[in-house]
Amino acid sequence: MTPSSTNRSGWAAYLQVAPLTLVLICFFAVPVALVVIVSFFRYQMLVGIVPTFTVKNYVDLFTNPTTWTLYASTLKFTLIVLVVTFVLGFWIAYFLVFHIRNLVTAIGLFLVCTVPFWTSNIIRMISWRPVLGREGLINSALQNAGITSQPIDWLLYSDFSVVVAYVHLFTLFMIVPIFNSMARIDKALLEAAIDAGASRFGVIWEVVLPLSKTGIALGALFVVTLVMGDFFVVTVMSGGLSGSATSGIFNDLQFLNYPRAAANAVILLITVLLIAAGIFRLVDVRKELVR
Amino acid sequence: MSASPSYGARPWTFYVLATLFTLFVIFLYGPMISVLVLSFQGPSGSLVFPLREPSLMWFQELFSPRRTGDVAGAFGRSLPLALLVMLMTVLISVTAGFAFRRRFRGSTVIFYMAIASLIVPGLVLSIGTLVTFRYLGLSASWITSGLGAHLSWALPFGLLIMFAVLGRLNPAYEEAAYDLGASRWRTVKDVVVPIVFPGMIAVALFGFTLSYDEFPRSWLTVGTKNTLPLEIWTMTTNVTSPALYALGTVTTIVSFLVIALALSAILLIQRRRSTGK
Repeated sequence: MTPSSTNRSGWAAYLQVAPLTLVLICFFAVPVALVVIVSFFRYQMLVGIVPTFTVKNYVDLFTNPTTWTLYASTLKFTLIVLVVTFVLGFWIAYFLVFHIRNLVTAIGLFLVCTVPFWTSNIIRMISWRPVLGREGLINSALQNAGITSQPIDWLLYSDFSVVVAYVHLFTLFMIVPIFNSMARIDKALLEAAIDAGASRFGVIWEVVLPLSKTGIALGALFVVTLVMGDFFVVTVMSGGLSGSATSGIFNDLQFLNYPRAAANAVILLITVLLIAAGIFRLVDVRKELVR
Repeated sequence: MSASPSYGARPWTFYVLATLFTLFVIFLYGPMISVLVLSFQGPSGSLVFPLREPSLMWFQELFSPRRTGDVAGAFGRSLPLALLVMLMTVLISVTAGFAFRRRFRGSTVIFYMAIASLIVPGLVLSIGTLVTFRYLGLSASWITSGLGAHLSWALPFGLLIMFAVLGRLNPAYEEAAYDLGASRWRTVKDVVVPIVFPGMIAVALFGFTLSYDEFPRSWLTVGTKNTLPLEIWTMTTNVTSPALYALGTVTTIVSFLVIALALSAILLIQRRRSTGK
């Protein structure tokens, strides 16, 4: 704390944080609160939102087997993608931080991983079509090599291509926070562990993994929320065969049934927040971030 | 063979992980490169390889008035919107980052509100913003509700980056400057800004790209006129020509131009600083 700011810290901090708070209230807190309120309103054909209290939207959703199928499918994708991105993210970050000896090279390779993030997600998603499709690169390569005689159908418009697209789009969200945590680990700690007789994997398990848990937690938070909130990747990459928790919202919106879309949104929001709270319980992200 | 990764001969894990890394980079860039190549497809070419009679026809087609979509207009909205989000993200999240260096009453609430704003599914927020505007009697438009929806996602990102950056700014540096007689302004200009500046560029880049490429939060909030990601989305459902790839190439080039500008700004300023004084 700077000497001259101690006495002014009271209002200065509030002044500095005011614009952020204002935006968050107007474009996060109020909209979310309204979604919750509207989810208890009634929907009437041709009229739209009727402001009378009802829990019918929720009863409708919970008694509809489609809701459960969609959530099961979303959770399945979330889990698979979480595992794959974590394994990839952890080892890539580990490689960059502990195996590349030259700092400039490490940062250069790190940037190589991050550049695609700055390009359009939709384009990156579509770019799998000429690769995975029936006449795509992989199928023609396999056929030319004589490994298969028929094109493989399940490469595109399947659960497989959905997972590929998710991993392609979201692994970065694991790499960056884990890289950030690992870069802060004092290398002398690893040497101390080795001098004390730890094996290489012992060091990774006992020292590196616990010390990168903030990064892992943040990465998991990003991946979970991105996959759970996704509608577009799963629709395009499954060719409309798979749905996600948000597909229900999307359908309701097409019929302008805002109350049920809102109820669906509230369920999704609660699911995501519960998972986030679970992650925050394991790791005090704030304490680690603001220090 | 040393088990320590920091010196000695390369352990075998190095080669395994180097292979993994290389494969990952191919996985990351391979599809994008194929789209870039296929956007130069000729008149007889299809959506897949091989590339036949390379031409620029799909780029012309993209901006020709015969098309139903409005690609030029979408660029004309997405670029200024992204630049505005970038500017506001830098200003707002940098100042807020400084506030969080001290504990103040309510800081925890604001922190968790920012995190919640980051993780709330974009579509949920999109509905909420639209409903809010409807109740206020306003119509959604890219420059009002669209801007707000983008900020609700870019600001928390900017804040997280500022936490990482300000973690490296030891308050002792500022105290030292004061003790040596520097004014408040001088301290900010000569001590704080040089340390924080690269982080500010990172925040700016994030702000730009999060807005420029954002889809779910834009979906209901931009009103009747599409921004670029929505335009691309429409094209994926009704355009089955390489024009789609051409649009991908054009947006990617714009993104890369912005990165190049940001990086050269960093380099320029650092060079000036090292030779200047």
